[in-house]
Amino acid sequence: MTEHRSYLHGVMGEFETPEQLVSAAKRAREAGYKHVEAYTPFPIEGLAEHIGFRWTAVPLITLIGGVGGGLTGFGLQYWCSAIAYPINIGGRPLNSWPAFIPVTFEMTVLGAAIFAVVGMIALNKLPQPHHPVFNVERFAKASTDRFFLCIEARDAKFDLAGSARFLQEVNAVHVTEVKDEE
Amino acid sequence: MSVTQPPVNSAHIRRLDPVLEPGHTYASVTDKIAAVVLTRPLGIGWLAGFTLTFTITMVLFISIAWLIIKGVGIWGINIPIGWGFAIVNFVWWIGIGHAGTLISAILFLLNQKWRTSINRFAEAMTLFAVACAGIFPLIHTGRPWMAYYMFPYPSTMGIWPQFRSPLIWDVFAVSTYGTVSALFWFVGLLPDLATLRDRAKKPYQQVIYGILSMGWRNSARHWHRYQSAYLLLAGLATPLVLSVHTVVSFDFSVAIVPGWHTTIFPPYFVAGAIYSGFAMVLTLAIPLRKFYGLEDFITMRHLDNMAKVMLATGLIVAYGYFVEFFMAYYSGNKFDVFLANQRLHGPYSGFYFALILCNILTPQLLWIEKVRRNVVLLFLMSLVINAGMWLERFVIVVISLTRDFVPSAWGRYQPTFWDYSTFIGTIGFFVMLIFLFVRGLPAIAISEMRELVAHGSHSNKEHK
Repeated sequence: MTEHRSYLHGVMGEFETPEQLVSAAKRAREAGYKHVEAYTPFPIEGLAEHIGFRWTAVPLITLIGGVGGGLTGFGLQYWCSAIAYPINIGGRPLNSWPAFIPVTFEMTVLGAAIFAVVGMIALNKLPQPHHPVFNVERFAKASTDRFFLCIEARDAKFDLAGSARFLQEVNAVHVTEVKDEE
Repeated sequence: MSVTQPPVNSAHIRRLDPVLEPGHTYASVTDKIAAVVLTRPLGIGWLAGFTLTFTITMVLFISIAWLIIKGVGIWGINIPIGWGFAIVNFVWWIGIGHAGTLISAILFLLNQKWRTSINRFAEAMTLFAVACAGIFPLIHTGRPWMAYYMFPYPSTMGIWPQFRSPLIWDVFAVSTYGTVSALFWFVGLLPDLATLRDRAKKPYQQVIYGILSMGWRNSARHWHRYQSAYLLLAGLATPLVLSVHTVVSFDFSVAIVPGWHTTIFPPYFVAGAIYSGFAMVLTLAIPLRKFYGLEDFITMRHLDNMAKVMLATGLIVAYGYFVEFFMAYYSGNKFDVFLANQRLHGPYSGFYFALILCNILTPQLLWIEKVRRNVVLLFLMSLVINAGMWLERFVIVVISLTRDFVPSAWGRYQPTFWDYSTFIGTIGFFVMLIFLFVRGLPAIAISEMRELVAHGSHSNKEHK
């Protein structure tokens, strides 16, 4: 049937403690690796910075969602009450903005929250059922008690033997190739 | 403790219970919580409880079906009492939901570590309570199939909702609250669903948790965005939770009905919501930790802290009751004075005194540390407070509506069988959802527990 061609995604080292992983990530950066990813069972402060990831667009997306939601909410109420369906009740103003605040507020929160969640999921490129790292059998422990550092093959400095040796030098207890089939 | 603290007399140092019993590792917390979902067989207790609550849920569905067939006349409501059990139950349920958001959002922002093992099921409780709450205004409209009229949509009639009405604010507040609570819950669940996926042995579990976890792979970049989104959601949910019960209280306080038209309502409703919500968290947490052996994770520290929050919010509620009376007499408005007297001497005064007993007097026992540490007493007290908060809404809705301005408009309210069956039905529905949740999803946030292990002094020592 189809011919299976496998390609190399990277090389992955397994660590026993978060401290070892953080120091390994630091040294990988000092050694000049650019495409490095760490996998941990819980968020570790500062780890993302050590693998060269500083800025995330999530707050900006949330702000856009919030401002957009608020403007939509107020605009909707203004349009409904003053333009589309104006009701004159004893000459009271049609644009009775104080009465529009609760809905405007709720729409602001709703817009911001939906954008925050959808933005986070989209930036993480989820849903993504398949990823080469799942081919590593021991990787299931990344959601329990093991810490992984993967040097990816697209890195300019990557070479299988050398990168594997590097991971061993920085105290990885297991070093595995990460392969995937095309 | 830290060295910066001034020396204190050793007699005054009291050991705080840990938020996580010592000796746990990343693996042990993961194993223990995941096992409840993945491997533990369905016990006779679970099956019996589920069967019972499922039966009560069917009672709810029958009641709703009968209501749709016959109309709201099957309830005890009539003019002048248009708002009977339906609105009492709506406010009660939505209030219960508030503790979940308080625990997950506000305590998160305040960096309270003890929230970790109770936030997940408190959030689930929020969602289920909002679901129960949402049923009532919907079926109370009388023609629930027309409920979409409340949303602004371009209809052929060319009419639009009245945005100056608190009832429309309510539609937006409650639906936003339900949506944001669900999003917050799902984001929190995402890493735990991945944990379950990685540990699942049975194929159907692998498929279900595989799909739900969306391919989450615990990468540092994922975590970074995740934490950013989680923090923002907590920041958004905090003002939201305060706004929701405020808007619910506007349903009353914007009206000019005596006993409703008061500015104390928003803060006192919010405090009451948190009060009843924490009572419900205790009602659920105490059996949960007992039957699933989670005493290591939900420790006495949690129960003690929740009891203290109940005591504090209970005092705010007591202050609210006091201010209601004070403002009624101080205003000199004869209708307000009359209504205040009706609470004490009217036909429903028994409810009012029961309310004072449940909500103000009984909780004063929580000042005593021995009571806060007595699990059985605490459980009973949480039930008393839940009942008290329900009575509070009954007193507010019914007494004001039966005694407004003109004696010719006075009336009495008598709930019918269908009022009770619908109310009890939602309780069964709520507990049934909790039963399903406990076996289908991790009841305690696993990744946050691992974080707690990491921040404690005991890390992976047992692996070396």
